[in-house]
Amino acid sequence: MRLREIVERLHLQVLAGEKALDREVIGGYCSDLISDFMANGTPGCLWLTLQTHMNVVAVALLTGAAGVVFTGGRGIPPEVCRKAEAEGLPLLQTPHSTFEMAGRLYQLLNEK
Amino acid sequence: MTFYRADLHIHTALSPCAGEEMTPPRIVAAAIMAGLQLIAVTDHNSAGNIAAVQEAARGTGLIVLAGLEVQTREDVHLVCLFNSAAEALEWQSIVYQRLPAEENREEYFGCQLLLDAAGREIGREKRLLLTSVDMGLEEVVREVSGRGGVCIPAHVDRPSYGLLGHLGLIPEGLPFAAMELGLLYPDEALKQFPTLAGWPLTVASDAHYLKDIGRRVTIFDFVEEINLKSLHQSLRRQQFKVVVGQRDNFR
Repeated sequence: MRLREIVERLHLQVLAGEKALDREVIGGYCSDLISDFMANGTPGCLWLTLQTHMNVVAVALLTGAAGVVFTGGRGIPPEVCRKAEAEGLPLLQTPHSTFEMAGRLYQLLNEK
Repeated sequence: MTFYRADLHIHTALSPCAGEEMTPPRIVAAAIMAGLQLIAVTDHNSAGNIAAVQEAARGTGLIVLAGLEVQTREDVHLVCLFNSAAEALEWQSIVYQRLPAEENREEYFGCQLLLDAAGREIGREKRLLLTSVDMGLEEVVREVSGRGGVCIPAHVDRPSYGLLGHLGLIPEGLPFAAMELGLLYPDEALKQFPTLAGWPLTVASDAHYLKDIGRRVTIFDFVEEINLKSLHQSLRRQQFKVVVGQRDNFR
């Protein structure tokens, strides 16, 4: 499913990487340990995390993630958004919890 | 030139996860027994017992540096060292403002004892210390450095509460004085974490119990008297040596 459709249907707020929303999302991964995502994130997956550190952007690019969803509505440092924008990485935000977001995303990606 | 055996990461009974045996006089005695000349008191997010340990060490020759182990928003543990207990307390007031308002639950976390130099309880810290401050790693490092302090990420090679475990990479452009290893020898750590290359790699015991004090020792080669500046310089110039293992191995 294209990221744009996920953004619309899950009401995600786009913080960066608007131009890259046509990429295909093939799965998701939930982790707040950046090292864990570095080891287990896969190309084309959407990363759900509470972490808002700059290294999230670096590691998302490294793994080829389709984008990052910041859950729980925490504040995102503007430099993180600037960096992602410059690198063309979609950053998305939701006030919902990781659990809820993951459930909805899973449902969406597995629609018949 | 003098060499100083140092253990720059020691908790007192103020840290809820530390044993109640970690009183100022007993910490000082254990440090001297372990052949240390230099320690740092680094309780979780608090500077409450530093002055008491310094007082307990008066006249013994043991030098006690003032520190806190701050837990950043990313759940990364960062040893922050200051020039004096007073400066550490100033930093503590900022940390306390940014800690959640929750109270410690002794039955879950353990008690947070404020002690005098003789080891007597003079109070209990009520706020929950074993949690993250609402400050990102970079903000903490910049604030502490701006106050003349020195930051060393704690046990970076541990999967929990370590810089590499949580952030995967070492953020660029931050003035860390060194990287503290909690598990590995420096050569092992470099193999496992190539990103550590070029950083001064120190060790410390992260002692929560008396028996742990001095288990892992960094021997500094100071050119001047002991203060944060010369410590920092010694790290930068790699004028130090790391000793890991039981005390008897390096006596």
